[in-house]
Amino acid sequence: MAKPFHDAGKIIDGFKLEEMVHYGDMAILWRATRPGLPAPVIVKVPRIGENADPAAIVSFEMEQMIMPRLSGPHVPKFVAAGDFSAHPYLAMEVLDGKTLLPRLNDLPLPYDEVAEIGVKVANALDDLHRQHVVHLDIKPSNIMVRPDGSVVLLDFGLSHHAQLPDLMQEEFRLPFGTAPYMSPEQLRGIRNDPRSDIFALGVLLYFFSTGVRPFGEGERLSTMRRRLWRDPVPPRKLRADYPQWLQEIVLRCLEIEPAWRYPTAAQLAFDLSHPDQVKLTARADKLQRDSFATVLRRRFNTDLTNSRASAPAAAQISSAPIVAVALDLDDSAPELVEALRVTTERMLATMPSARLACLNVLRQGRITLDSPLDERGHNKRIDRMVGLRHWAEPLKLDQDRLTVHVLEAVDAASALLEFVRNNRVDHILIGARHDTLMRSLLGSVSSEIAAEAPCTVTVVRPPRAGV
Amino acid sequence: MLIAFFADIHANRQAFEACLADAQAKGAQRSVLLGDYVGYGADPDWAVTTVMEMVGNGAMAVMGNHDHAVGTPSETMNAEAQFVIEWTRSQLGPEQRAFLAALPMTIQDESRLYVHSEASKPAGWIYVKSTLEASTSLSATPAHITFCGHIHQPALYSLSITAKMTSFTPTADAPVPMLPGRRWLAVLGAVGQPRDGNPAAAYALLDTEKKEITYCRVPYDVEEAAARIRKAGLPLWLAERLLAGQ
Repeated sequence: MAKPFHDAGKIIDGFKLEEMVHYGDMAILWRATRPGLPAPVIVKVPRIGENADPAAIVSFEMEQMIMPRLSGPHVPKFVAAGDFSAHPYLAMEVLDGKTLLPRLNDLPLPYDEVAEIGVKVANALDDLHRQHVVHLDIKPSNIMVRPDGSVVLLDFGLSHHAQLPDLMQEEFRLPFGTAPYMSPEQLRGIRNDPRSDIFALGVLLYFFSTGVRPFGEGERLSTMRRRLWRDPVPPRKLRADYPQWLQEIVLRCLEIEPAWRYPTAAQLAFDLSHPDQVKLTARADKLQRDSFATVLRRRFNTDLTNSRASAPAAAQISSAPIVAVALDLDDSAPELVEALRVTTERMLATMPSARLACLNVLRQGRITLDSPLDERGHNKRIDRMVGLRHWAEPLKLDQDRLTVHVLEAVDAASALLEFVRNNRVDHILIGARHDTLMRSLLGSVSSEIAAEAPCTVTVVRPPRAGV
Repeated sequence: MLIAFFADIHANRQAFEACLADAQAKGAQRSVLLGDYVGYGADPDWAVTTVMEMVGNGAMAVMGNHDHAVGTPSETMNAEAQFVIEWTRSQLGPEQRAFLAALPMTIQDESRLYVHSEASKPAGWIYVKSTLEASTSLSATPAHITFCGHIHQPALYSLSITAKMTSFTPTADAPVPMLPGRRWLAVLGAVGQPRDGNPAAAYALLDTEKKEITYCRVPYDVEEAAARIRKAGLPLWLAERLLAGQ
């Protein structure tokens, strides 16, 4: 091991370096203590002074700017920072748990476990993107899993913050990142597209589910650039039992053109959480890579190989929300059902990347065991799903933008709220219950949703009748 | 300490009043005025009197090209600006003209330099349009942060220890840390005549403890400022461009 920049026992800005826990290319991590702090912290010290790599300094400066601005459960808690005028360091919470790196010994993992990891990482990315940050170095060693199973993203040294100067962009002409996970647009020097993280997560999902890296490990620029035109071997060719829905999701993440990937990490998490609702396209059936002619066309399509500006994270996220509409098809007045459709249509018209989840609650008795069949022997759940699709049909949405869900629950409001929370719904539309007797007996579902939902709520009423 | 920076007020009373109120509400303790108090707008008398009072109370102020032109007619100004300067001169008393004529070109304040335009040649009134001029400006001074205005479009440049320049268009009201390991050039947007497509008045706040700069945008009564320009008989285009922020 090369000589560390500091020795154990040294005190930096009150932090006593106790034990070196990681010695990386760019920085060294120490477990450290400071009187007055309830618990030890991790102190990250950049590797400068030896053969000072300018990248180590600049990436440390970026991380120093970005980390204090991040919050939430999916990033390490920031404690303190010192700058280059004295001792540069970053102090953050100690995270118990392991990164995904050791899991490389267990590959390939079962499909449902890969999907579960994917949902957690996609949700963490959604949190990060909503804080104006594109990570740009998503890989197993930068994803920490806490003992409770939650995911924390590490290392913002290569990240881009839409509201801060991008020091990496101007400093270095060569792209920075980790070769197997780097997106095509990152190779072209674009650093502000959140869909680059979706690509990197796609590489991880492909690797974890097949045991093979989709674009190999080559670090030479010429090898890396092949992903600008060459698609990966379809996972189903590698594993005969590979589920179509997972191939659909993984290959969509790995699309060369960012616009063909999921528009947001939340939408990716949504599909990974609802395998039975994933719209299968030609991607799901693929057993061979694209033909030589297709690849050749891409190779010389300058539109794909040239760099291009993309919209900032905030604009992309706000144009691609997950919208849910709660429908009570049996008990609602036809005017209300129609009013909900008109409102939904108007909302979706302005947002071509939004997706719509149609929800219906199948009420369960509190004590009795309900039969899944109605009195005529029809499956209630399937009937409802058919009803929801029929309601949505006039909206003429592409199938990959529409899902239908029948939630079985005793309490409608709780079931809807749980769906909204688990699926990161941005906006829910719900009809106001018209019948005053029903409302006084059962309470208003819409008012409970409006009060409790962690997102925007639109309560729809039928148009006023003429006076 | 929280320091408020105002550039290119250009005799726009409504915009300057709105910025001063905003800075006060945010707790600004000191003010720095980066030149061009007059020209284009309809209230030069009020603007210069206000600046004189602020300087009397401890604010720092440097000279802008329009302030200079009031005392020394310039051949490089366009006809429209020249016309307004002639009108402005007629609006100002001798005391105010003397104040403008005596303003310094630059002020060094601790590790900060205040100047109206590019710092290598302050009297050349060169616009900082890109990293090229920003680099020239930063090479001309040892200051850690240089503050300037003149171009009416906010930007933030930095120079790394490896001598690489970065440029950045700040997001309104989002603080940016000014890392001590770099040298910075903060180009302010205009209080009184924004030209970045956003008609809201622009100024900036520097938090010297947190070492953060925030570019602020303040909505103001643009209609009234435009109406006063028309009423004063100044070129109509000057009223129109306020409404568009161009």
